Amino acid sequence: MFRRFIVRRVLLGVLVLWLVTLGTFCMFFVAPGDPARTLAGRQATEEQVALIRHDLGLDQPILVQYGSYMNRLIHGDLGQSYFNGESVGTLLAGDLPPTASLVLGGAVLWLAVGVSAGVLSATRARSLLDRTLTLVALGGVSMPTFVVGLLLLYLLFFQLTKAGWPIFPPDSYVPLTAGPWEWARHLILPWVTLATVQAAVYLRLTRGSMLDVLGDDYVRTARAKGVPERRVIYRHGLRAALTPVVTQLGVDIGTLIGGVVVTESVFGLGGIGQAVVQAFVSGDLPVIMGVVLIASGAVVVANLAVDIAYGLLDARVRLA
Amino acid sequence: MSLLDVRDLHVSFPTTDGLVQAVRGLSFSVDAGHTLAIVGESGSGKTVSTQAILGLTPDADISGRALFEGVDLLQLTQEQLRRLRGAEISVIFQDPLTSLHPLYKIGWQIAELILVHDDSATKKQARERAIELLGLVGIPHPAKRVDDYPHQFSGGMRQRAMIAMALALNPKLIVADEPTTALDATVQAQILDLIGRLQREFDIALILITHDLGVVADVADEVLVMYAGRPVERADRRTIYYRPHHPYTKGLLESLPGSTGARKGRLTPIPGQPPSLIAVPSGCAFHPRCRYAMPVCSAEQPPLAHVTGDLPDHASACWLPHEAVGLGEHAEEIRLEISGREPDAVSDQESRRGRAAG
Repeated sequence: MFRRFIVRRVLLGVLVLWLVTLGTFCMFFVAPGDPARTLAGRQATEEQVALIRHDLGLDQPILVQYGSYMNRLIHGDLGQSYFNGESVGTLLAGDLPPTASLVLGGAVLWLAVGVSAGVLSATRARSLLDRTLTLVALGGVSMPTFVVGLLLLYLLFFQLTKAGWPIFPPDSYVPLTAGPWEWARHLILPWVTLATVQAAVYLRLTRGSMLDVLGDDYVRTARAKGVPERRVIYRHGLRAALTPVVTQLGVDIGTLIGGVVVTESVFGLGGIGQAVVQAFVSGDLPVIMGVVLIASGAVVVANLAVDIAYGLLDARVRLA
Repeated sequence: MSLLDVRDLHVSFPTTDGLVQAVRGLSFSVDAGHTLAIVGESGSGKTVSTQAILGLTPDADISGRALFEGVDLLQLTQEQLRRLRGAEISVIFQDPLTSLHPLYKIGWQIAELILVHDDSATKKQARERAIELLGLVGIPHPAKRVDDYPHQFSGGMRQRAMIAMALALNPKLIVADEPTTALDATVQAQILDLIGRLQREFDIALILITHDLGVVADVADEVLVMYAGRPVERADRRTIYYRPHHPYTKGLLESLPGSTGARKGRLTPIPGQPPSLIAVPSGCAFHPRCRYAMPVCSAEQPPLAHVTGDLPDHASACWLPHEAVGLGEHAEEIRLEISGREPDAVSDQESRRGRAAG
């Protein structure tokens, strides 16, 4: 039963991805400007423009273009950048690891901090601790990412290094292959930056969900059964309260893959977000398309993971 | 000595609107193997009183005594109470759908109760005991159904599973809090039969909390009627049915379909609403809804006193004379004469209803 559930979700994901490719294909035709003319430059003659148009296959009927476009996609070819002729695939393959490292590592951090603070807050509702955490969370949510990032850079990189403690490195990304310690050391500040805002959101989410669940009848049953309070809170309460957290996590990881521009820029990590900003500024349609595909692929995969997690968390979901 | 002896229990909850006096002086006792039914409307304090004794109302101010086998439950620490809950005293709740954890298998939930109380039990033993218990409460194919989730059970089966859980460690006392209210009428009788049968088989004392005097009819040894946090009448089951003294008990009986009290095919509801527990009416809390109310009723709170007669255990908290027991015409004449009402008091009831509602 669970396998059928997963197969259905995977098929749904494939359908969504196909719709996205259809969308990006249409983007070519609604996007302002003529790519051939852009590429050819201002001085180009009509013949040169026509030649480029022919090279790109833009003079073919739409259906033929769509066919070759899908054909290339299925073979993993995302096309070439208009500007330097580099393969979009190779270009983005270099950008994905920093972004994925940043988002996934950050997610571990914000989940650990946000969920445990949320549980603390909910089990001591209206206490001084709860109010303090609420205030801190409000601060975290309200602070723009770049402020957090720059503050961290100033305090933990600049001031520490000046004081002769160069613990945290400055900008740039070091691949995992260079050793996990170096990789993590270069990512700590970006992770904290990303997690500051997110953890605040997860704290509030977990707190609210826990407060709901702790008032439910089955929690009262657990207490009436003589289950120790810690176990009541974690095994009975948190387990049930995690559903909205898992949903939010799927959405966040999916969208952040294409949208951690600010954190990436502050720390000069490179990454998908920066690539897409550059591509938009220069109107490099194939790169934009590639990013859109990767980002939506991330959303689809994250949602699939959420669905599977639901199925594992809650037996009732498998029937749906 | 009684198994559970509750004396002068008070439970209140501080709220922003004021102090909610949920229980205002409740005393009762249950003997081993016996059944006490606590009857009353919503908000009469019947559920709160038992939950407070078991330490399930963390926000409440509680005073009084609740001796369980001679030990005052209200003096125990949370940890001591926890060890008692589920093992010595277990609870069956009203709605088995919401009372069972939706994300865990039925068998797991029963086994958990065994495992948290008995360190020597293995998971395998606990699971086997769960299967045995499910069979005991009449679940077909228990070895298979033990791995079902609550949503795979019907309403009646879920309540059977709750009962199985309550029985797991051979408790001395089970508190059944409206155990049949959320169930289909056809299933209600089955569940009551099951509870009664298991109670006799294992010699367990039972506190049956209900708003429905009809549920009480076959099961209870003794009945305690509560109104606005206080006991208003206490007697054995037969006396409550045939010779009630308190007008509230009488009202409950008359609002019961097909009961001795109801006139042919017509139910007589009790007018008005239960009172607010923040501002409880003066004197007898029932006086605004009582058709026999006299001046003394709003001025002074009647004590729970023995009703004269050959039944020493029949007590009632009402200013009406003690001859006025039962549902017969003679008793009605006495009540009307004392309270100065006309026999046909419909219009009077109407006006009172308006007053109670306003």
